[in-house]
Amino acid sequence: MIIDLPPGLLLLGAGLLAPLVPVRMRAAFLLLAPAAEFVQLLSLAPGMTLRSEVFGFALEWVRVDRLSLAFGYIFAIAALLNVIFAWHLRSRLEPSAAMVYAGAAMAAVFAGDLLTLFLYWELTAVAAVLVIWARGSERAFRAGFRYIVVQLASGMLLAAGAALRYAETGSLAFGAIGLDQAGGVLLLLAFGVKCAFPFLHNWLQDAYPEATVTGTVVLSAFTTKLGIYALARSFPGTEMLIWIGTAMAAFPIFYAVIENDLRRVLAYSMNNQLGFMVVGVGLGTEMSLNGTVAHAFADILFKGLLFMSMGAVLFRTGTVNGTNLGGLYKSMPWTAGFCIIGAASISAFPLFSGFVTKSLIMTATAADGRLLEWLILLFASAGVFHHAGIKIPYFAFFAHDAGIRCKEAPANMLIAMGLAAALCVGIGVFPGLFYSILPFAVAYEPYTASHVVAQLQLLVFSALAFAVLMRTGIYPQELRSVNLDFDWLYRRAAFCAVQRATTFTSGCIHRLGAILSHAAAWMLAQGERRTSAGQFMADGGSTRGMALWVMVMLVSYLVLYYI
Amino acid sequence: MTVSRHGGGARERSYWLDDPANVTKLYRGVWVAGLLLVAADFVLHRHDDLAFAETIGFYALYGFVACVSLVLAAKLLRRCVKRPEDYYDH
Repeated sequence: MIIDLPPGLLLLGAGLLAPLVPVRMRAAFLLLAPAAEFVQLLSLAPGMTLRSEVFGFALEWVRVDRLSLAFGYIFAIAALLNVIFAWHLRSRLEPSAAMVYAGAAMAAVFAGDLLTLFLYWELTAVAAVLVIWARGSERAFRAGFRYIVVQLASGMLLAAGAALRYAETGSLAFGAIGLDQAGGVLLLLAFGVKCAFPFLHNWLQDAYPEATVTGTVVLSAFTTKLGIYALARSFPGTEMLIWIGTAMAAFPIFYAVIENDLRRVLAYSMNNQLGFMVVGVGLGTEMSLNGTVAHAFADILFKGLLFMSMGAVLFRTGTVNGTNLGGLYKSMPWTAGFCIIGAASISAFPLFSGFVTKSLIMTATAADGRLLEWLILLFASAGVFHHAGIKIPYFAFFAHDAGIRCKEAPANMLIAMGLAAALCVGIGVFPGLFYSILPFAVAYEPYTASHVVAQLQLLVFSALAFAVLMRTGIYPQELRSVNLDFDWLYRRAAFCAVQRATTFTSGCIHRLGAILSHAAAWMLAQGERRTSAGQFMADGGSTRGMALWVMVMLVSYLVLYYI
Repeated sequence: MTVSRHGGGARERSYWLDDPANVTKLYRGVWVAGLLLVAADFVLHRHDDLAFAETIGFYALYGFVACVSLVLAAKLLRRCVKRPEDYYDH
């Protein structure tokens, strides 16, 4: 069946038109777009497509299947929640860029070929950087600049990979690709940047916490999940991804423990959740891929909810540093409650979304006989509860009372958080309904007594570890500091190298200039000396000598002419 | 932004968690819950995807050890990576 309107274009169009809409109606206008988009998605069925030929390339603008539909639904829901959360904004740029960003991400999810994917891939990068720059601060500008450089590099890798792939196979199809040809390797790297693979990850922790209260919520939903989608589409069962994902799940949590900016803690924690999804892609079984999609879906909601609650704290108090906060549950009880629901969901408490989504990946890992990876992922699961589940609500809303008294978050923020929290609980309580939108049929029952008790043991004893460390004073204090990560290489080492190289080169040029000017001065002085009265150049020489030299020249010319 | 710094004056309502004794009660309550969960293992005979995970109290021990080692390792990591807050501001 043919589709008239590619999914995502409604959002894109609304985003582009929004600045023209009067400010009072702008939020309502923007709310209509994801609502209409969601209705459109409900009318789509797997197998629908939109194809055309452009400059001799067979392009598939839209390809609908269960994988793209699942990501489409959640992107529409996220766009809707974001509009509500940002209802109070009066600026033109940010809401409009956010909607274009959501539309581009959705259109990319439905792209059936690499060229279409590339087009929307770049558009997400450009729209997202505008969302970051909307903060208007010098730090945000610099972080946004680093962000766009990394994202455009990912786009370039995608373009080069697609071109190579076209040369190798004669097709631009965006399907299962694999690593047996060079084009595939470049594409994996392009997707890996968006998924925040180890060493390609710092753009995430660098840029997201620098955006506005509302901007960070928007950013958290789309770019990384688009990367996960592309990975699940093209590289299911690529064994290397299991280890990459395991590393991603484990190492950011150490940074999350010592980070002070609570939105940056969440960015590290997002990196860790992406790790679970990447493992699911690497395993490549029906169950693990279901787990990846389910966990991406759930993560957009609970991570969005956590970013919203920290955004509300930033909005009301002007800070999200653990060192400055504490005791806010007295002033912002609703926000604290919603934050705890998000924290319970990310920590995979029974009856919350993470419990029914992450366990698909854990069970698939165990079923594949991967013991070591399973143990590391279990460590990461305990760690998630520790740094996101406890640390975030604890330092913001409890801990020692920092004495801040402010108003509760605005109504629109509470509504958005309430809706996200309801969805987190809904997924956790009715997993059967949620599983029905996953790409493959699910034959898994998360609520067995064994699973519930095992998970509760893990979580309760992680909480006890936190409590014991807190009460004994071993837990590291929140400190105002920068923690070096891989971005040190380009923010400091490369910067210093360039600075040194520039100093060295300019020093060389300076010295060379000095030598040349000395030489010129010496020659001028010589010339002047020789031409002054009584010197060799000034006495004129003899006419005879001159005639002799002219004759020698003419004769040699004659001889050369005859040879 | 309507923020006020508050010294905790007498007219403010006091909360249950303000009393350290209650925090201790809560802390002990969590220990009781944890120990009950481990006790459940004796009755339940949990089934798991991996045989060794069926050992009594496996998840409890693993969760506790994992989090303590996570924090201790993070403290070591902080020694290497901690820099002043304006480190990147040239």
